[in-house]
Amino acid sequence: MALLEVHGLTKRFGGLVALRDVDLIIEESNIAALIGPNGAGKTTLFNILTGLYRADQGKIRFQSRSLSGSSPDQITRAGICRTFQNIRLFGEMTVLENVLVGMHSRIPLSLSDVLFRASRLRAEERQATAKAMELLGLVGLQGSEGVWARQLSYGEQRRLEVARALASQPRLLLLDEPSAGMNPSEAQVLMSLLRNLVGTHVRSILLIEHNMRVVMGISDRVTVLDHGEKIAEGTPDEVRIDARVIEAYLGRGKWAGHAQG
Amino acid sequence: MKNWFFNAGLAGYIGLTSLLVYSFPRSVSAFLLFEASLLLIYYAPLSRAAKLSFTAAVLIVLMPLLGTLDGYYLEVAIQIGIFVALALGLNIVVGFVGLLNLGFVAFYAIGAYLWAIFGSHQANAFLPGGYFPLGQAWFFVFLLLGIAAGALTGILLGLPVLRLRGDYLAIVTLGFAEVVRALVNNLDKPINLTNGPKGITPIQRPPLFFQPLVEFLGFKPDAAALYPLYFYFLVLILLLAIILVTRRLENSPVGRAWKAIREDEIAAVAMGVPVVWMKLLAFAVGASFAAAVGVLFAAKQVFINPESFTFMESIGVLAMVILGGMGSIPGAILGATVVTILNLQLLKGLSLWLNGLRQSGIILSLPLLGSFDLSQIPAQFEPAKYERMVFGLIIILMMIFRPQGFLPPRQGGSTKLTTGGDTGEK
Repeated sequence: MALLEVHGLTKRFGGLVALRDVDLIIEESNIAALIGPNGAGKTTLFNILTGLYRADQGKIRFQSRSLSGSSPDQITRAGICRTFQNIRLFGEMTVLENVLVGMHSRIPLSLSDVLFRASRLRAEERQATAKAMELLGLVGLQGSEGVWARQLSYGEQRRLEVARALASQPRLLLLDEPSAGMNPSEAQVLMSLLRNLVGTHVRSILLIEHNMRVVMGISDRVTVLDHGEKIAEGTPDEVRIDARVIEAYLGRGKWAGHAQG
Repeated sequence: MKNWFFNAGLAGYIGLTSLLVYSFPRSVSAFLLFEASLLLIYYAPLSRAAKLSFTAAVLIVLMPLLGTLDGYYLEVAIQIGIFVALALGLNIVVGFVGLLNLGFVAFYAIGAYLWAIFGSHQANAFLPGGYFPLGQAWFFVFLLLGIAAGALTGILLGLPVLRLRGDYLAIVTLGFAEVVRALVNNLDKPINLTNGPKGITPIQRPPLFFQPLVEFLGFKPDAAALYPLYFYFLVLILLLAIILVTRRLENSPVGRAWKAIREDEIAAVAMGVPVVWMKLLAFAVGASFAAAVGVLFAAKQVFINPESFTFMESIGVLAMVILGGMGSIPGAILGATVVTILNLQLLKGLSLWLNGLRQSGIILSLPLLGSFDLSQIPAQFEPAKYERMVFGLIIILMMIFRPQGFLPPRQGGSTKLTTGGDTGEK
């Protein structure tokens, strides 16, 4: 039983077809990568999966439940959460608060609890804070919980985004270029973090990534998009030698053959 | 040892300024110094319990005592209280959620007219039976109804503007407030609901249910003297409730969700924050505060008309929130207090002083510059006439030198409640 099944997804922006008839299946306990040149439709696919955009055609089933027409917060509650390519943290909130916002849908408090049951509120908050601190430790941000998110360094902000997404207890974690701007050793740390997440914090991960070292290093499956169409799919080794993939990245011509070798 | 020093210092300051007010009952500066004691309490490095007891002593004991000397002090205090409540309500929408509302005074008007219509003869104009004005005790029912009506209108305004942000939202809220004002101004025909620009009077005041107790204690109660005190304490209780509710909300998932929407709405919704519901909640809570004080305002004034609910009032409350520091409860309180004192006391005090100089006939001679006859100062110089200009200048200066306001939200301040104990610094 696949965790996520996407069938025939199509999205148009006016005359531009951002996604055309895309199928995608993500199995349990898998790290899947989504690659492709700039403008291939990768982030659009993420935006549709998380409900920020509505698909023109196609079906999305998550854990055998249809997600069509669900709002973004319902999708997060159902168990899909994401990070953003161009970091979107809550700048003037503390690092801890950022993670706690991620937990919003998992804190079982009603408005009347908040207003009239101080002890209940405090107990839930204490529990949530402890969990949030644990996640901050996991991504290596312990000790920074009290500073504003915008004061973190770039790499730290990327890791905070991961912690914030994990806070919503997703089954499927979507990462949009998690290693962007990282040096090779930071990318290495990220890779081992992601490997550890599968099975412990999340069931599966789908990542958009340009760093091929990361893609080839940790993915079980790789899906390649180009101009909104899926052009290849398979294990990293299969995709690496796929003629259409090489063409999409390098173009057709006399140099294409060199890349293969 | 150090605490003892601060405690004694504060107590001394409060005692001294109270004595000053007592000895110079007409002096604005003495009263300002007394009011400043609250700010000192806020900043003093004391325990929470000590701060609370000092605040209680000033607000519950000293202020009413001084108020019995001169009713004007109580009037100022009540006005401050009303504006603090309005600023706290607006702070939720503008400060926490970041939705610019330029028509906040509409909710205040709705609360005020709710009680004004049913707490006076006005309702007889459109409801048969002559049941109106309702009895004084109904005031308390209408305080609750006001909260409900405020929340409801808040949601009604919120629904259509959910997708708007920034300038667009500001325009719509501004329009909404003008619609409300135009309605109360014109709904005297065909059915006379609001009595139009003539306003409504007399409006019932709340019942003096404690009068027997005061008599029993051996005082000669006089409604004229009791009512200012009564309203003072009503405002104080209402404020306390508002501050408690706001703090609870701020230090809960709700408050965090609000701030997350302010910081990045897309990210907030992607993290599972139900943005629609949270925005409506903010509109409802903020509006219910304003409507509740509106009910109180109508009862205190005994007379209301549409003039009290103009666009400038909305701007004034917004300025209080901005000056105090958006998104900060102490900021909203301080902003409202400073602006109200400025309007009611400082500028008027300066005018009085200038008048005094003019009438004194002193001729001031300065070396090189020649001599001035102070009685020549034109009457147009009165600072009270420049209220809005001074106000505007202060806002401009603040925006240049301290755009975050007097008391901006402290970093990590809102997690104080949550981090108690188990997350100590490493």
